[in-house]
Amino acid sequence: MNLSEDTIEQIDQIIPKYPEKRSAALMIIHLIQDEIGAIDLEACEWIAEKLEVQPINIQELITFYPMLREKPWGKKHLRVCRTLPCALRGSYATCQSLEKKLGVKEGHVRDDGEYSLEFMECLADCGEGPVVMVDEQTYENVDAEKAGLLADLLLKGKLDDSKKFISYEQALVSESKTKASVKSKSSKK
Amino acid sequence: MISPKNGKVVPIVLDGKDVEVPEGINLVEAAALHGKEIPHYCYHPQLSVAGNCRMCLIEMGTPMRDRATGESILEDDGSPKIGWVPKPVIGCATNVSPGMHVKTESQKVLDCREGIMEFLLVNHPLDCPICDQAGECRLQEFATDYGRGYSRYVERKNVKPKRTRLGPRVTLDDERCILCSRCIRFCQEVPKDDVLGFVDRGSFSTLTCFPGRELNNNYSLNTVDICPVGALTSSDFRFKMRVWFLKESTSICQESSAGCNTTVSSREGEIFRITPRRNDHVNDSWMTDSGRELYKSVRSSERISSARIEEESTTSDAALLKAIQVLKGKSLGVIGSCKSSLEEQHLLAQIAKKTKAKQFLRGHFGEDDGILLSADRTPNLRGALITGLTKTYPKDHLSALSLAIEKKQVDAIIVVGEDLLDSKVDQALLSNIPVVFIGTHENSTSRIAQVVIPSLTVFEKSGTFVNRAFFAQAFKQVVPGPAGVLPDLNILARILNGLVEDSEQSADINQIWEEMSRVRNSVLKEVSFSQLKKAPVLLNGSKWAELPFVEKDALHYQSSGKIKVKG
Amino acid sequence: MIKKNTPKERRIILKHADDPKYSNRIDCYLREGGYAMLKKSFKMKPEEIGEEVLQSGVRGRGGAGFPAGMKWKFLDRKSGKPIYLICNADESEPGTFKDRQIIHKDPHQLIEGMMIAAFAIQAKQAFIYIRAEFFEGAKILERAIEEAKKKGFCGDKILGSNYSCDLVVHRGAGAYICGEETGLIESLEGKRPNPRIKPPYFPAVLGLYQCPTIVNNVETLCNVKHVMEIGGKAFSEIGKPNNTGTRIWCVSGHVKKPGYYEFECGALTLGEMIYDVCGGLLPGRSLQAVIPGGSSSKILRADERFSGKLKDGTEFDWGVEDIPLDFDGPMAAGTMSGSGGIIVMDDSVDMVEAMANINAFYAHESCGQCTPCREGSLWMRKITKRMCDGGAREEDADLLLSVANQIEGRTICAFGEAAAWPTQSFIAKFRDHFEDKAKNPERKKSSLQLI
Repeated sequence: MNLSEDTIEQIDQIIPKYPEKRSAALMIIHLIQDEIGAIDLEACEWIAEKLEVQPINIQELITFYPMLREKPWGKKHLRVCRTLPCALRGSYATCQSLEKKLGVKEGHVRDDGEYSLEFMECLADCGEGPVVMVDEQTYENVDAEKAGLLADLLLKGKLDDSKKFISYEQALVSESKTKASVKSKSSKK
Repeated sequence: MISPKNGKVVPIVLDGKDVEVPEGINLVEAAALHGKEIPHYCYHPQLSVAGNCRMCLIEMGTPMRDRATGESILEDDGSPKIGWVPKPVIGCATNVSPGMHVKTESQKVLDCREGIMEFLLVNHPLDCPICDQAGECRLQEFATDYGRGYSRYVERKNVKPKRTRLGPRVTLDDERCILCSRCIRFCQEVPKDDVLGFVDRGSFSTLTCFPGRELNNNYSLNTVDICPVGALTSSDFRFKMRVWFLKESTSICQESSAGCNTTVSSREGEIFRITPRRNDHVNDSWMTDSGRELYKSVRSSERISSARIEEESTTSDAALLKAIQVLKGKSLGVIGSCKSSLEEQHLLAQIAKKTKAKQFLRGHFGEDDGILLSADRTPNLRGALITGLTKTYPKDHLSALSLAIEKKQVDAIIVVGEDLLDSKVDQALLSNIPVVFIGTHENSTSRIAQVVIPSLTVFEKSGTFVNRAFFAQAFKQVVPGPAGVLPDLNILARILNGLVEDSEQSADINQIWEEMSRVRNSVLKEVSFSQLKKAPVLLNGSKWAELPFVEKDALHYQSSGKIKVKG
Repeated sequence: MIKKNTPKERRIILKHADDPKYSNRIDCYLREGGYAMLKKSFKMKPEEIGEEVLQSGVRGRGGAGFPAGMKWKFLDRKSGKPIYLICNADESEPGTFKDRQIIHKDPHQLIEGMMIAAFAIQAKQAFIYIRAEFFEGAKILERAIEEAKKKGFCGDKILGSNYSCDLVVHRGAGAYICGEETGLIESLEGKRPNPRIKPPYFPAVLGLYQCPTIVNNVETLCNVKHVMEIGGKAFSEIGKPNNTGTRIWCVSGHVKKPGYYEFECGALTLGEMIYDVCGGLLPGRSLQAVIPGGSSSKILRADERFSGKLKDGTEFDWGVEDIPLDFDGPMAAGTMSGSGGIIVMDDSVDMVEAMANINAFYAHESCGQCTPCREGSLWMRKITKRMCDGGAREEDADLLLSVANQIEGRTICAFGEAAAWPTQSFIAKFRDHFEDKAKNPERKKSSLQLI
């Protein structure tokens, strides 16, 4: 298993933060999964040795948590919330629309490995449902029609730059905005 | 662990009755002491408490006290008002405290048990007709005693892997597993081999071993014993026999000086399996896997089934007469065995004493695993010390015998079970002197002996072993021996009577015990075999405290520390 | 997403959440007077801070509503073992999305609250357990901690004093059971997040690594800072007696203006929230049901009435719209305010499908450790799924109720109640829907697919 030096360095920095080595398990698994996509048996054994536990202890974690994978998702992974508040606003139709547009069934990876879809539990943004996450970006109020548009933009690779779809993370106030407004405030004086 | 601390007692009220229970135990044990069963699956007295099966739910309450004054609050009729905990509590995790009130038979408790039983059976496959555990299955027992009696489940049951090979001796059926986690806790706490775990979650949780590893430690079959259902089964015993046909007898494992208490199950003279028996002072509820294999030696191809004189088959009586003839009047060498029972060793010591024979004894040693496989691989070395069969700690060879034969100090030998070639005795020397072999299985010595007298294995006779902590433990006969084979006590008594004038040694085990306990300053004073049949007796081993015992610290055993422990 | 302050809201915690000029960087926070309370608290004795929090009466905002000051009092300080503080940022209760706003938009408030709390309980180390789906949130928190460390507000020798407390961000991996305090502790220890049996494993005595631990919700810890700012006694005068301070309510479902709103406890009723603050239901629809406290709380039927006596002796006779939004109000109505996630359902919703959706959530999230929850939650999911797929029988309503009754009270942790209460309340209040399903198995044309 080939991990980049950067990842190994990050791992070595994380472990001492915890009073006991085993506690670092989840953080290390996230780092490795971010780099190589999934935690296969070899990775389980590597992590177990690093944390001085048995491989079964790591495999127990990988299979328990839905976000930890033994087989990788697609290059772009979409998550749609299916719990009641989002379902009440049409998330089932959203999911079906995405299935059709992207050509992949929920819970699966598309044959070419490019896209995968996961119909998962509450993503904690219920007031703006239905919620769709594309990798690390959270898109809100994505009804069935908007889902079609989102999928189109995604397939063309134009989603990140789109003005129609601003994710929750992109909308967060950035430092440059405040500096600009502070400047304008002081200049007004 | 539920050994009650320091003998103190605590008063509680169990189903309306005032009772006293030892301090420090939990409610499941407390109720059991007073004849009430609180059903449970995941609790085991010798493992940590998990509390996840929820079968032992009972009602618990404490007398109410006024918060301000501390006075007891009373009902109208003057009895103290009980503050019942609104939710039921689990008995296995609740320790007794003074004044506690417990209800184990109320309607709420019965409802809880019905509910839990129903939930356990919801995804459980209907495997009873093909499941080994039938007849000793706690699901069956508690469903009959506490279940609803009919099923309301009409959905599809979960499907999980069936009959997977968990290890060389254990087979796993995941659908039957009720996820009590006893096996996982056992593997973590006793052999300290953390290989088992649950994967996936919720109702799809599955017991598994990491791919590429297996459950292979020397205590793997204990998980089969403690599994309350038929999820973990012994690959050796699988499909061999229904348990209700088996007769259970108590015995002692002869693999090492740990002296694990065992239960041997047999039917019509054939042994089917060995399982451990609980003894809180010796082996808890465990035994080694290698010890369980020993029953296979009873019917092995190497078994000596009939006596021989000079390689001709004959009766045991004829062989005995020939043996006495061959040994009479010679300078005898008596090679005893640490695998013989205490009574046999006593008789052999008597033979040696009364014929002024030289005594030889060897030990069999191996790696100590610190749990229940001690470095001393014989069950009764201490018996040899007690009966005087040896005065020093035996080495693992008999070159002293070679020397004695060379110097012509010994010109005839009786060998009980040992393989002299393996014990570094020169074969050439043996060909010059008469050899009488008494034993169960063929070896290099039996093949060259003049007289071979077959004897019985541990499973075919009764006797006593003294284990490493000086516990004298009795084992009882399980199956009858092969036809025509005499018990060792008979053989030795007749040899003694034949070699010594006016000797009238009895072969009766109780008689022998009378003699042993009458020996001056014997540690066996006031001990009888009938007493041992009921419970083990701790003997005083201080006389031999300076000897270099090889056993290391292990389960329920503190080594004497005379040997320098490596590493 | 950016909303104006609606009338009657009192934004203490979310003061800057919707300010387009407020960033989540430390200089912005300092400009608005941040970390002044940390400096003030460090001049006090730790017990004094605990007294202020106790006097303020602030109750846990994670769902249980247990007074935070009292929880801190239960801490075992005599054992000699190190003490740990854990912030429960694993917001997974369906209907709740308040902690998301605090973490992404005003993280320094949380850090300051945590450091004050850590100092009050003399914690050796503090952890923030954040759910993994908040990818950006974890990065924001880590950056904020670095900023705070540079200024000496956390980490080694805080504010130049002898007290050091390192703050570590720990990401979860998508399990609802990690929101349960002992499940969270097990997950933080690197094991499967199976909740522990209580007794004996109360976190205040035997928590993280078997050391005394305090687990508090994000909003509760933010309130600690404001208690120090306003003063314990003054804080206890906000809201109502025993229901002090403000609460962030998260409204979702079939309303015109769903979102998060912060009000003083008891400042408005459920009806005012739905119709005034959130603009009422969608056009042409009427209210059918409301779940007031995240999906674990019992459902309220629109035409229900509640009457009885409150704790202070006053009598009440309420419709659903009259229930005051605090801790004790919903409790008097037989439900609970939980985590503050209000889910509104109008008459287009097929209640059996709504039930099936909720049951599928609990069946998926059950950890599987104890028998009733593991088998019972999956059984209930299978029953309701079968009912929605056309296989409903008349006796299914009774069966569901019986199964839910067999789970409640018999599990290791409160997940059993969380899984059982929705089923019990749906059957109690909408039994006719369940019994009708056998006769009318098709979904109404006007209702959405929910399972």
